[in-house]
Order: sequence, then structure tokens, then C-alpha cells
Amino acid sequence: MSLESMLIVAAILFCIGLYGALARSNVIAVLMSIELMFNGVNLTFVALARYVAPQGIQDNIAVVLTGQVFAVFIITVAAAEIALGLGIVFAMYRSTETVNLTEAAQLRN
Amino acid sequence: MFFQDVVFWVLAVVAIGAAVGVVVIRDLFRSALLLALVFVAVAGFFVMMSAEFLAVVQVLIYVGAISILFIFAVMLTSDVRRGNLPNRLQIPAVVLPALLLAAMVVTAVSTEWRLIPDSQQERAGLVQTQSVNILSDNALEQAGISSPEEMEQIQQSGIADLLISDFVLPFEMASVLLLAALIGALALARGREGT
Repeated sequence: MSLESMLIVAAILFCIGLYGALARSNVIAVLMSIELMFNGVNLTFVALARYVAPQGIQDNIAVVLTGQVFAVFIITVAAAEIALGLGIVFAMYRSTETVNLTEAAQLRN
Repeated sequence: MFFQDVVFWVLAVVAIGAAVGVVVIRDLFRSALLLALVFVAVAGFFVMMSAEFLAVVQVLIYVGAISILFIFAVMLTSDVRRGNLPNRLQIPAVVLPALLLAAMVVTAVSTEWRLIPDSQQERAGLVQTQSVNILSDNALEQAGISSPEEMEQIQQSGIADLLISDFVLPFEMASVLLLAALIGALALARGREGT
């Protein structure tokens, strides 16, 4: 296990998520893919925090925690985003009886 | 080290395999369950990188809350029968992530990272583990941290302290964001008839 292998796993997760977000037509599947992308980014942050020396590590070793704090914020934003996204999905389903993106052109009204 | 490598590769195979399943399988319910598996594997990675607090948060929020929300969403919308159809963007949807993946792998491998020196590796890991104050003084002493100043420095550096000192502005913004998201989700889910 090294920094590079960790970053590559995170990049693969991110790209699988990106493929899913672009190629699926079901809104719920797209939201799941976006969650995969968030997890890839979180892994990158934590891996860089674990292995890469930030500025000022000689003075105060606590700076190695910065990446983890960033990951905490990302998890917060992801939770808020999913709650809102599923709310929009339900509203869309109620008004159009579909969660299919290719049929959802009437969302613009 | 050998044990760590084995765990890493098992977790990597599980995470990537389940992630491919999430985007490929047509049955949305199964992809929601596979998504929970990806989250658990990522929590395992967090433990390996001495981010135990994040691993717990990951299990609580992602596995415990977000996966359940997805399963509810799948069950409440009856499009499930048609499943997870691909749309018409197949070729760009493969090419773009593949190019991005190649760029990211090249960057990760070819960059000369300024790594934490080996002498400080163990200490950095300890500081990260100790960020939620779970190690006893004895454990720190066994890891070779004996001077009182060092001990104090490690004991006093935690995620909570960072959140209310250096990162207090994003912390407050996150609380406002959560409130706004809460109200927005309520307004969206309530529908029109109530107004």
C-alpha cells in the first residue's frame, strides 16, 4: 500500500462514478454515481493527508489533520445534496410519473 | 506490511467491483445494496489510513443513512421495473472518464510527492488516530512519544479543535447549508397542496 496505489483506486472510483452519472437515464442511478464520485474525492483527501507533508509540519504536527477536516465537510455537503436530490426526485415523480431523465424535458416548466 | 497489502488489495477489489456493479446492473435495488458495499470498503480504507473518526462517520452517514434513503427512493418510485437503462450518450460517457482516468493515473504516478519522512510517518499516523482522543497515554508512550511537550501537542490536536479554530468559517457555513437543505427538502417533499 502506497500513496500512488491509493490515489489510483480513488481515481478509478471517481471515473466509474462519472461514467454512471453520464450514461444512466434513471435519476436515482445518477445520484448513486455522484455518491461514488464523492467517495473517490474523500479517499484522495485522506490519502494525501496521510502521506504528503504539508507546509509547517516541523512546527506543528497537527497540520496533518487538514485533509480529514476537508473530508468531514465533503460528507456534510454530500448528505445535504442527497436529501435535496431525492426530494427533487420525489417531486418530479409526483408530477410526471417517471424518474427517467430522457423523458423529463418538462422539468423546465 | 504484508498483511496491510493483502487487506488493501482485497478492499480495492471489493470497492471497484461493487462500484462497477452499481453503474452496470439494471436492477436498481441491487445497485443500492452494492453502493452500501462500496461505502463499507471505503470505510476500511479510512481505517487503514489512520482516519478512524472518518471511518465511523462514513459507516453512520453513508451506510446508515444515505444507502437507506436510496433504498426508500427505489422502492417509492415504480420505475424500478424498467430498471437502470443506459441513455444515448454511451460513447462520450465511456471516452471522457477513460481520458480523465488516464490523466489522473499519470499525475499520481509521475508527480514527485513531498512525502512525510519515514521518521515522522508513525507519528503523523498517531496524531491522526488521536484526533478523536481514543488512545491512552500508555499507547502513546509505547509508540515512542515520551516527552511531556510532545504528548501535550498530540493530545491537543484534534479534528474538533481544528473545526472551531482554523476552519470556523466553513464550519458555520456548513451549519447554514444544512439548515437550508433541510427546509428545502421539506418544501420539495411537501408538494403544492399544503400552500
